Amino acid sequence: MSVATITTQDSEPVFHVIDEHDHPEGASTMLGFWIYLMSDCLIFAMLFATYGVLGGSYAAGPSPKDLFDLKLVALNTTMLLLSSITYGFAMLTMEKSRIGQTQLWLAITGLFGLAFLGIELTEFAHMIHEGATPQRSAFLSSFFTLVGTHGLHVTFGLVWLVTLMVQTARFGLTEANRRRLMCLSMFWHFLDVVWIGVFTFVYLLGMLR
Amino acid sequence: MNPDLIKMIFGRLNLDALPIHEPILVGTFAVVATGGLVLFALVTYFRLWTYLWREWFTTVDHKRIGIMYMILGIVMLLRGFADALMMRLQQAIAFGGSDGYLPAHHYDQIFTAHGVIMIFFVAMPLVTGLMNYVVPLQIGARDVSFPFLNNFSFWMTVGGAVLVMMSLFVGEFARTGWLAYPPLSNIGYSPDVGVDYYIWGLQVAGVGTTLSGINLVCTIVKLRAPGMTMMKMPVFTWTSLCTNVLIVASFPVLTAVLALLSLDRYVGTNFFTNDFGGNPMMYVNLIWIWGHPEVYILVLPAFGIFSEVTATFSGKRLFGYTSMVYATVVITILSYLVWLHHFFTMGSGASVNSFFGITTMIISIPTGAKMFNWLFTMYRGRIRFELPMMWTVAFMLTFVIGGMTGVLLAVPPADFVLHNSLFLIAHFHNVIIGGVLFGLFAGINYWFPKAFGFRLDPFWGKLSFWFWVSGFYFAFMPLYVLGLMGVTRRLRVFDDPSLQIWFVIAAFGAFLILLGIGAMLVQFAVSILRREQLKDATGDPWDGRTLEWATSSPPPDYNFAFTPVVYDNDAWWDMKRRGYRRPLTGFKPIHMPSNTGTGIILAGFATVMGFALIWYIWWLAAVSFLALLAVAIGHTFNYHRDFHIPADEVVRTEDARTRVLTAGAQS
Repeated sequence: MSVATITTQDSEPVFHVIDEHDHPEGASTMLGFWIYLMSDCLIFAMLFATYGVLGGSYAAGPSPKDLFDLKLVALNTTMLLLSSITYGFAMLTMEKSRIGQTQLWLAITGLFGLAFLGIELTEFAHMIHEGATPQRSAFLSSFFTLVGTHGLHVTFGLVWLVTLMVQTARFGLTEANRRRLMCLSMFWHFLDVVWIGVFTFVYLLGMLR
Repeated sequence: MNPDLIKMIFGRLNLDALPIHEPILVGTFAVVATGGLVLFALVTYFRLWTYLWREWFTTVDHKRIGIMYMILGIVMLLRGFADALMMRLQQAIAFGGSDGYLPAHHYDQIFTAHGVIMIFFVAMPLVTGLMNYVVPLQIGARDVSFPFLNNFSFWMTVGGAVLVMMSLFVGEFARTGWLAYPPLSNIGYSPDVGVDYYIWGLQVAGVGTTLSGINLVCTIVKLRAPGMTMMKMPVFTWTSLCTNVLIVASFPVLTAVLALLSLDRYVGTNFFTNDFGGNPMMYVNLIWIWGHPEVYILVLPAFGIFSEVTATFSGKRLFGYTSMVYATVVITILSYLVWLHHFFTMGSGASVNSFFGITTMIISIPTGAKMFNWLFTMYRGRIRFELPMMWTVAFMLTFVIGGMTGVLLAVPPADFVLHNSLFLIAHFHNVIIGGVLFGLFAGINYWFPKAFGFRLDPFWGKLSFWFWVSGFYFAFMPLYVLGLMGVTRRLRVFDDPSLQIWFVIAAFGAFLILLGIGAMLVQFAVSILRREQLKDATGDPWDGRTLEWATSSPPPDYNFAFTPVVYDNDAWWDMKRRGYRRPLTGFKPIHMPSNTGTGIILAGFATVMGFALIWYIWWLAAVSFLALLAVAIGHTFNYHRDFHIPADEVVRTEDARTRVLTAGAQS
């Protein structure tokens, strides 16, 4: 069934296809998820823009140099980057239909994600303890919101990851589950890309500012 | 009881929240409650609940969801218009020391609610409803890409509308104007629940709008019938594509900026505050980065409707199809480069203001090109002045006036004089009523026979048309005059008695519009009563040009028994011209999505969560959030979401249509 073969019948044009129009279940999912990611990206863009405008408004409070511990952030970044690599391994083993290895790599990804969140929360707790709360200045408001929104995304990613691991265990690497793992993969790498932005724009540039 | 415990259970909700001391609200509540009870009783009496739940509330059929969007929009139009009428009356009598009849506290809520409701819960549902109904039919698809998501989006929009309506009787609505600028909307100056109703109403509905945007973009990109290349898509589908791209690329901005405002209000951050480094102008910039594309989100589908209507009722191919498409795309892009013209007076300096003034003026070029395309389509056509065409002509005359006053406002020095005046109010009502609303009315009259199998009554339709159009001019032309005289917007009382006559004329116009709305409701009722006389058996009552007219009216659940193949951008016209014969045999089972109640349940929890957050009922917010998560995850464990319509059922449906068609041909 293709249009080309139909139009070559020059005597009488064919105005309908006999076979079911070829739209298998989930054919639009990847495109839809890409578009969703781009809309989410816009939310981050707004938060970055807000940080860009308000990031220098310390209101006589602490500035990045007083607060940021680049070594801790480097460790944190490593955790998230490694989690992306391990998710990549999960996808590779999924391609080979090795369900046990897929699950293992997914679990490792989850642990790296947890480590990332743990370090981030430690950093937040430390800052708040020192009086650098989100209410202290516009800089801190926009800092906590941008980094916190990213952390919230990672948290949801983890909930999603656990859900998919349960579903993979129960129903196997079915077509639907592969598609879902692909979506989460895109989501996870997307969060990685956003974090690169946070790391550069907030932490590194913050130390130079 | 322990007051702390009560506070923990009910948050800041208490009996004072009920407006029993405001007679207008008590009266409204009595009317709404009686109406609601009567409706409830009727549905129960006729045992329709199961039917409504099975066939409508849980439906994933884009056609039914489209119709439900339209009903939501029309119901909310009544509420939004009631607000408008009250404002017009107040301004017409509040002269010569009179305070009018509305206290400031109430009046400020009314003008805020009017704007919010008209944009988010009238124009948006009507536009989304038409796109939902028509686009899959125009591209020859069975449904949208994500049918369940479509149902969920609709119910989220309803959830937002419910929250806004609730503010009428439980607590109050925002008193900030429809965009809730800080610092006024911040907790220091608006400590009540009003702004919180605003925030959560829009956030809940906004999720629905964004998802429906993603859904329709995917549908148009992925599900077009074979042969329908991008440049063979009907113009309405093109404008819908651009609109949904705009939705996806702008509603997240609204979500983000409202989230920041709620952080300011709930957590005490300093994004938009006056101290601790906050910057209220940041909010104004961000919200207009959403707000300006929003007006194009509304008007582009209307442009698409006019294109379909003009071509159909002139009996000609649309003039300049390619230029129409490019004009639409150019408007889509430019709509992101003009947001600052909403606040030239912010003080960005001459160069920034000139940039945004010039980009704004440039938008009038593609819009003007469209106008000429419609004119040239009509030129030497055999024009049939049916209702959709009448609305189109009224639009062309009215919109040109609105467009020209828009170009006036785009000139920064002129804007410094006219900013925040009634001239601006007249301008945007001129384009929104004259463009969006007239377009929607054209669309409703045009596609109603497709959706229900009978036409709308022309007599009452014409009555409504004349009342609406003349009412519009009476209501808004005086506002241009007043604006030029320097009267600012949102005023409750006036000192200068010479202004009164203009407000009286405007109130008279609003009264004419009321008659127009009344005539429209009568038109619906009369058409339903006379549906046998107005019946259309052919499925193609207007001698249409695009694919939606190729199937029956109303279309079967599966839209097309066989997927059509497209050779021309007026696909159905081309099929008719080349002797297309409807297939009568060889039907096969059709793969369809199944109905699900998950969408309405999820949206219900989201609405409860919004309510709980508005009233600081933290436990309820937490519980409903967890329920939301649990139901969403639970839904993903259901892998069987589709079924096949058996071939013999398709045969039955198609045979019935064949009988109707032959009966029509013989009589």
